Amino acid sequence: MTVLLAGCGSTPSTGGPEASPPADRSLILATTTSTQDSGLLDELLPAFTRDSGWQVKTLAVGSGQAIELGRRGEADVLLVHSPAAEEKFVAEGSAGQRRLVMHNDFVLLGPPADPARIRGAKSAEAMKRIEAARATFVSRGDESGTHAREQDLWSGAAVEPGGTWYQSTGQGMGETLRVASEKAAYTLSDRATFLTQRGSLELEVLGEGDPGLLNVYHVIELTTKAGERVRADGARAFADWIVAPAAQRLIGEFGRAKYGRPLFTPDAGADEAALGQ
Amino acid sequence: MDVLFDGLADAIGLLVSGDQDSWSIMMLTLRVSLTATAIALLVGLPLGAALALARFPGRRVVLAAANTGMGMPPVVVGLFVTVLLWRSGPLGGLGLLYTPAAMVVAQAAIATPIVVALVTAALQQVDPDFRVQMQGLGATATRAFAALLNEARLPLLAAAMAAFGAVVSEVGAAQMVGGNLAGQTRVLTTAAVLATSRGQFSLAIAFGLILLMIAFGVNLALTLLQQRRTVPR
Repeated sequence: MTVLLAGCGSTPSTGGPEASPPADRSLILATTTSTQDSGLLDELLPAFTRDSGWQVKTLAVGSGQAIELGRRGEADVLLVHSPAAEEKFVAEGSAGQRRLVMHNDFVLLGPPADPARIRGAKSAEAMKRIEAARATFVSRGDESGTHAREQDLWSGAAVEPGGTWYQSTGQGMGETLRVASEKAAYTLSDRATFLTQRGSLELEVLGEGDPGLLNVYHVIELTTKAGERVRADGARAFADWIVAPAAQRLIGEFGRAKYGRPLFTPDAGADEAALGQ
Repeated sequence: MDVLFDGLADAIGLLVSGDQDSWSIMMLTLRVSLTATAIALLVGLPLGAALALARFPGRRVVLAAANTGMGMPPVVVGLFVTVLLWRSGPLGGLGLLYTPAAMVVAQAAIATPIVVALVTAALQQVDPDFRVQMQGLGATATRAFAALLNEARLPLLAAAMAAFGAVVSEVGAAQMVGGNLAGQTRVLTTAAVLATSRGQFSLAIAFGLILLMIAFGVNLALTLLQQRRTVPR
C-alpha cells in the first residue's frame, strides 16, 4: 500500500526515466492479433531480446493495418498472414525481403447443430450451403488476413455475401469468436486463436484440411525507402532471427504442452507451394 | 456468475501476491492519469478563469468549443495525436509515439476541455459582488483571484475528479498512442481489453476491479480535500 501512496504523491512530468528502453535498440513489430492473442509472441520476443539485445514494441493489429503501417514507415518489421496483400505491398518496392516463417490453418466453425449442414464439406461447398440456408455468418470485417481469406472463400464459391444473415463485427478474432458463439453462427478463424479460446465457446470445427484454408505467415522487413526513421538494421536482425533454427524450434514447440499439439508449423526455408500437402 | 467471482478472487490475488506485472500496470495507470490530470488543471484552470471573468470578442464561441471538447470521443483525440507523433508526422523526430509520454499528451488533451468548461461554470456561479467586495477591501488582483478560487473550491475539485475519471477509464486513445506494449505502455484499461480478446475473462474483470479501486482511492482523497473545512449548514 505504501508503494501505491508513493505513486499518488509524485507526478513526474513525462513517463519517467525508466519508461522506455534506449531508443537506439528498439524496433516496432506490426503483427496480427492471432500471434499476440495465442501467446506465441510472449514466448518468442523475450528470447529474441536475449539473443540480439533489441527491444521489440509489438503492435497487434489486423494484417491490413500492419501492412499500411509498414507502407508509411511507421513499423520496422511485419509478421503477417495476408499473402495477396503482402505480394502487392512488396511489389511497391519500399519493403525489403519477404520470407516464409510458419503456417497453421484456418477452420470453419459453427454451432454443433450445424443448421446449414456444412460438416465435412469442402470450403467452397460449405460457403454455398451457408448462403443457401441463410445461416448467420459472422465476419471480422476488419481487413485482417482472416477477413481477406474469408472473402477469398466467398468469391471461390461464387457467392456475394450480404443481407441480414451476414454480419460484420469489425473486431479481432477473439471478439468475433464470442459473437459467433453467442449467436450460434458460422465463422472463419485461425486454428491457434480458436484452440486457445475453445473452452469458452459453443463452436465446433466443421470444416478443415482444405487447401483453401492454409494460413501462411511471412516476415517482411522494411527498409529506409519506406521512411528515413525505419530501423532497417533491427528489422533485418528480427527477420534473420525468426527464420533461424532456434526460433523455428520455439515455434514448433509452442502450445504442444497445453493443447496436445503445436499451434503453428515452422516453415523457414520450405517450398511454399508444397505446404499443407 | 463464476467469471465474476473468479475475477474478484483474481483481483485480490493479484494485489496480495504482489504480481510484478500487475503492479507495474497499476503504477503506470496512476502515473499517466495523475500527470495528465495535473497538466489539464494547470492549463485548464487559467483558461477557465479567463473565460468566466474576462469579457472579449468570441468568448462564447470559445466556451462552446470547450463544452464540445467535453464530449470529444477519445479515439478521435488518439487519432490526432498518433498522426502528429508518427515518424512521418510533424513531431515524429521526438520519438514519443508508443511511450507513456504520448499517452500523457493524449489524456491531457482529453481532460483539458473538461476542466475549462467546469471551471468556467464554477467561477461564474460565484456571487458577482464577491470580486467587487474584495477590491473594495483593498485586495490585490492576485489575492482577489486566490480568494475567488477558494470560494469556488468545491466545484473546482469536482472538475479535477471529472478530469481524472475521464482519463483513468479511457481506453481508445491509450491503445492508439500507447500501443499497449507489455511493461511499457500497458495500463489497466488496455490490459483488460487484451485479456478479454484472449478469452481470459476473469483476469479482465480483475483488472477492471483494480481500476475501480484506484479510481475510488483517488476520488476519496480528493473528496476529503474538498469537504474539509466545509461547515454544515
